[in-house]
Amino acid sequence: MNDQGKKYQKVAYYPGCALEGTGHAYNRSTKAVGKALGLELEEVKNWNCCGAMEVKNIDPKVQTYLSSRVMSIAANEMGYDVVMAPCNGCYHNLKKAEYDLKNDEASRQVVDRISTKAGHETYQSGQVETIHALDWIKHGIGEEALKAKVTNSLSGLKIANYYGCMYTRPRHIFPEKDQGAGTESTSQPHFMDDLLEAAGATNVDFPLKTACCGGAHTLSDSDMSTKLVLNIIQAAEKSGANVIATECPTCHSGLEMHQIRAERKFGVKTSVKILYFTQLLGLALGLSPRKVGVQENVSDSFPLLKELKLA
Amino acid sequence: MRSLAELGTLIEREGSDKAALAHAGELLQLGEEVLANWVAAKKKAPTFAEREGFRLLALHRQGAKSAPSFNACRETCRELAYHYNLILLDPNHPDTEKRLILMRHLTRHLYYFVSGKMQNEQLGEFCCSSRPLRLNDAS
Repeated sequence: MNDQGKKYQKVAYYPGCALEGTGHAYNRSTKAVGKALGLELEEVKNWNCCGAMEVKNIDPKVQTYLSSRVMSIAANEMGYDVVMAPCNGCYHNLKKAEYDLKNDEASRQVVDRISTKAGHETYQSGQVETIHALDWIKHGIGEEALKAKVTNSLSGLKIANYYGCMYTRPRHIFPEKDQGAGTESTSQPHFMDDLLEAAGATNVDFPLKTACCGGAHTLSDSDMSTKLVLNIIQAAEKSGANVIATECPTCHSGLEMHQIRAERKFGVKTSVKILYFTQLLGLALGLSPRKVGVQENVSDSFPLLKELKLA
Repeated sequence: MRSLAELGTLIEREGSDKAALAHAGELLQLGEEVLANWVAAKKKAPTFAEREGFRLLALHRQGAKSAPSFNACRETCRELAYHYNLILLDPNHPDTEKRLILMRHLTRHLYYFVSGKMQNEQLGEFCCSSRPLRLNDAS
């Protein structure tokens, strides 16, 4: 195992708000898979919201502060140099805060002022590396070691891997990506494909893997969101997929809810199932569907999983 | 230039009696016209220049210029161009029919995305057309 792999064996865990609510199954399955793989997580103490989209739209520097506080606790109070955030929104915001603190003096000043007022040490750029759950498993375990631990192959599952928009965009906040072999690609992300293939699944060619799911339109223009999601789901089905794998709680909820709404609003019924990639990996590792929270999903994948002897 | 509404109707229409490459060209053109509507809404004349051999990519660049883009639609444009190239290279490939179907999905996504952006410009950082509006609000 290389140094990066060793570094990821025990990391600070930042679940974020969504994983305590609508994304609870993602939280549950991420922890269960980590345990099954021998990777350790310690939750960031007294963590706060990353600033999500709401704070960022009102005052981006306050969002930078909120994300920096999470990193400050992990680094200065818990002694970690890696923070793992499975939610694309949190991951994106922590990366953006890191970028801003490295490159923007005004951001540094605002963060220092609020941190002092709040009574904690100011986060300094470079103290921690923020990673996604995909990085954690890909580098902390790798495909070969994962393959060796698979007891219940995902063969029979044809998966459209849906990464959403925030995992790779904007490119400049992810300097570690697009660095050649072994690194993630911002235009053609493949870490989820790699891991699920190692677990026995077949990945389909899915051109909308980083397309917008309409998450930002959900409340202001629900019909547009439903149309965007429906298009993603139909493209996945046309690609031959029976499952869409997700790695973002916002995308996951959006796909599940708008799949139902599409049927009610537009009369279009689709049958592809939606599961977090951690749930799929958990099943491949021999964990029960309940252990990885399949029953918490809105999308009912039990019949398919039973048919394939995965449940 | 056809209106977004006209383009929407054409994009929703499944299939074509044209040969594969002509069909692919038709879908690519629909994508271009969607972006041309977006550019025109920004009070600019849609370019006929090409970028990497595609007017589609030049139009996206023109529309996104000076607005730090989140680039969801740029990647959709690039996928559309990529699928066109696959069909151009081998129109008789066994996957051509599937590629045409996926091209239509990509064109449709671009249409939904752009028409959504034009209706709801002030969506914040998530929407690449909104940044200038936010900056105007702040000044």
